[in-house]
Amino acid sequence: MRDFLRRFARNKGALIGAAVLALVVALALLAPFLFPEDPWDIAGPPFRRPGEMGFLLGTDTLGRDVAAGIAHGARVTLLLSLVSTAVALSIGVVLGAIAGYHGGWVDDLVMRFTEFFQTIPNFILLVVLVAIFTPSITSIVVAIGIVSWPPLARIVRGEFLTLRSREFVQAAEVLGQGSARIIFGEILPNALSPVIVSASLMVATAVLLESALSFLGLGDPNLMSWGYMIGASRTVIRQAWWISCFPGIAIALTVLALNLVGEGLSDALNPRLARKRGA
Amino acid sequence: MSEAPLLAIENLAIALPQGAERPLAVDNISLTLARNEILCIVGESGSGKSMTAHAVMGLLPQPHVRATAGRILYQGEDLLAARPDRLRALRGHKLGMIFQEPMTALHPIMRVEAQITEVIQQHAPLGSTALRDRVTELLLAVGLPDPDRLRRAWPHRLSGGQRQRVMIAMALALGPDILIADEPTTALDVTTQAQILALIRRIQAERQMGVMLITHDFGVVAEVADRVAVMQHGRIVEAGPVAQILRSPQHPYTQSLIAAVPRLLAAPKPPPADAPVVLQAEQVRKTFRQRSWIPGRGTEVAAVRDVSLALRRGETVGIVGESGSGKSTFARCVVRLLAPDSGAIRLHGTDIVPLGRAALRPHRRRIQMVFQDPYASLNPRRRVGDIIAAGPIAHGTPRAEAERRAHELLALVGLDAAAATRYPHEFSGGQRQRIGLARALAMEPDILVADEPVSALDVSVQAQVLALLAEVRARLNLSMLFITHDLRVAAQVCDRVAVMYRGEIVELRPTAELFARPEHPYVRELLAAVPGQGWLPAIQG
Repeated sequence: MRDFLRRFARNKGALIGAAVLALVVALALLAPFLFPEDPWDIAGPPFRRPGEMGFLLGTDTLGRDVAAGIAHGARVTLLLSLVSTAVALSIGVVLGAIAGYHGGWVDDLVMRFTEFFQTIPNFILLVVLVAIFTPSITSIVVAIGIVSWPPLARIVRGEFLTLRSREFVQAAEVLGQGSARIIFGEILPNALSPVIVSASLMVATAVLLESALSFLGLGDPNLMSWGYMIGASRTVIRQAWWISCFPGIAIALTVLALNLVGEGLSDALNPRLARKRGA
Repeated sequence: MSEAPLLAIENLAIALPQGAERPLAVDNISLTLARNEILCIVGESGSGKSMTAHAVMGLLPQPHVRATAGRILYQGEDLLAARPDRLRALRGHKLGMIFQEPMTALHPIMRVEAQITEVIQQHAPLGSTALRDRVTELLLAVGLPDPDRLRRAWPHRLSGGQRQRVMIAMALALGPDILIADEPTTALDVTTQAQILALIRRIQAERQMGVMLITHDFGVVAEVADRVAVMQHGRIVEAGPVAQILRSPQHPYTQSLIAAVPRLLAAPKPPPADAPVVLQAEQVRKTFRQRSWIPGRGTEVAAVRDVSLALRRGETVGIVGESGSGKSTFARCVVRLLAPDSGAIRLHGTDIVPLGRAALRPHRRRIQMVFQDPYASLNPRRRVGDIIAAGPIAHGTPRAEAERRAHELLALVGLDAAAATRYPHEFSGGQRQRIGLARALAMEPDILVADEPVSALDVSVQAQVLALLAEVRARLNLSMLFITHDLRVAAQVCDRVAVMYRGEIVELRPTAELFARPEHPYVRELLAAVPGQGWLPAIQG
């Protein structure tokens, strides 16, 4: 573990990413204290520039505080992307593990099912799902999870296919351990590194998907989110650039940070590859 | 040997990166290689023998591993100080190298001819006709028949021995002065090994080359070497003419290494004639099918063909064969990792072949397996104690009881009880194999199936593990099915030996009898191919 942290810390980009991410998390956690008022409330006159009348990032078309929106939006965005990644992980890992472990017709069946999802363009499926189930935090989370599990299932399946034939798995079989124990106790811990890496990158994708949904007005109407802020203010971008610009920067920084952390994790979990890249 | 040596290594030191088990991979060694001789460098894994060979070729994984002191002189020119382009000119041209695993050393998607011509074109370009003739000549020189067909072949179409011959042809393409062979026969079957060693010997004599051959096998040394250097922990502990080292080794390490080499000598053991039969395999057959979407295009390989065998209580039966003989497939059928296509496998009279997964579980206890690769057979993410206790727990033993038992078993296989809380990567290969044995014994089996349990280990460790197996077997009155490719190991361990060839048992007799008077021609060939027979005490009658 200490070794892992040391290798992670050696990657400067990953450290910067982790720092930015920590800031975003801190902002999300502190939002109710920094901006105790509801972000949907009108706080002052509309179209105030950043810095005017004590509004750090200005106000929007209705006079809501942009800074408050970003802070509260961070909560929503992080929560949504983390939970939806968890949903994708649980579907992807289970299906991939079953396919890779059992092989044969089970594998064929699960993989055809996976391909079925992969052939439909991600975002369109997402929009359709959210539209059908009416936008709410639950439907968005589940829908993002449903569109993002297939790549994970493929990764897990690949890992399982190779680990399956390893002798320690055969040994477990000869000992008479049950399938579930072998899958989750013996094989999965050895297949985790690529899963962790792709999960961290998946969080970034989920942030983007969620923002895009809210931008289109398909977000949860009760929750302030970065995508919604951009979507609502895009018509006035020439008069009031700050209303859409700051949430945009927030999205870009968060996604970049997540990607950097993901890269760092990947290097730290596969030290041999990372060393070659460095040399 | 009056002339100046072809290659002289003087006070060479090679540093390992920080955090390795020792600071220097190779510590102040000096060696010479004369024209027209074969120098064998012998040592166990981690002794620095391969590092030395790689240093000569400039193939060290720099910058983490690099030569820090000394010189490597090729006809007076220091290779360590040579510029990269000079080194490149020498490599392939004057210095040839062959590697252990010919499959990975050959370019997988280049035809044989292209691989060989590449070497030639790099150093001394020839016209296309001359090139063709040269390739033909080389392929014939390394004993490959039908060069016109073979030059068009892909590496994966060749057998292991053919691949190694192609590697040798590549190394010889420009008539180098020095051939460095890093464990050239370790990945090969014993009959192929004998052919490749004879080839190296012949070519070396024909071309008056200096050959530096790295090996761990004293049998190979006895077969080809003129001079020997024995390495341990990065130092040369003893060097000299082959006869002197093999007949009267001076250094205690050399003595212990030679003592550990398994003799091709069957210890006469009383066969337990009337002991009850615990395992009976009848007409076991397993065919692997490669299905194809095009009807009729699928392929079938009959890996095990109607193998029958009986194992009595307290008896060890060896199954010997080369790769592809079906011995491992048979072992996996016996423990039901594979389902046989037909036949019966009776464990104490119950046929386990038709049993499903659930019905099989209670029988799993009785037959356990020890695997070949000590690095792959233990789950790297679990503690040793958990690994050993996992089996009994899966069969309903309470956790505390299973863990207590795990400690006892660790003691039984000669490991400290503290080992239980550590992870597998903290142990050496031999220790891991002990852990694997403890895991199998935790189930209190009657039958142990050992699939090449010592072939991944160094000879000295091999001897210890074999002794442990023999002791445990005697103490617990186990029956053992012992799979191996090494006749010398089989001779030491087994009461009876079955020789498998292309999926069938061609001969099954008491060990001493089989070795003294082999009947089947293949068994005779196999016995004749064991390296170093002239040196080791011959077969006992």
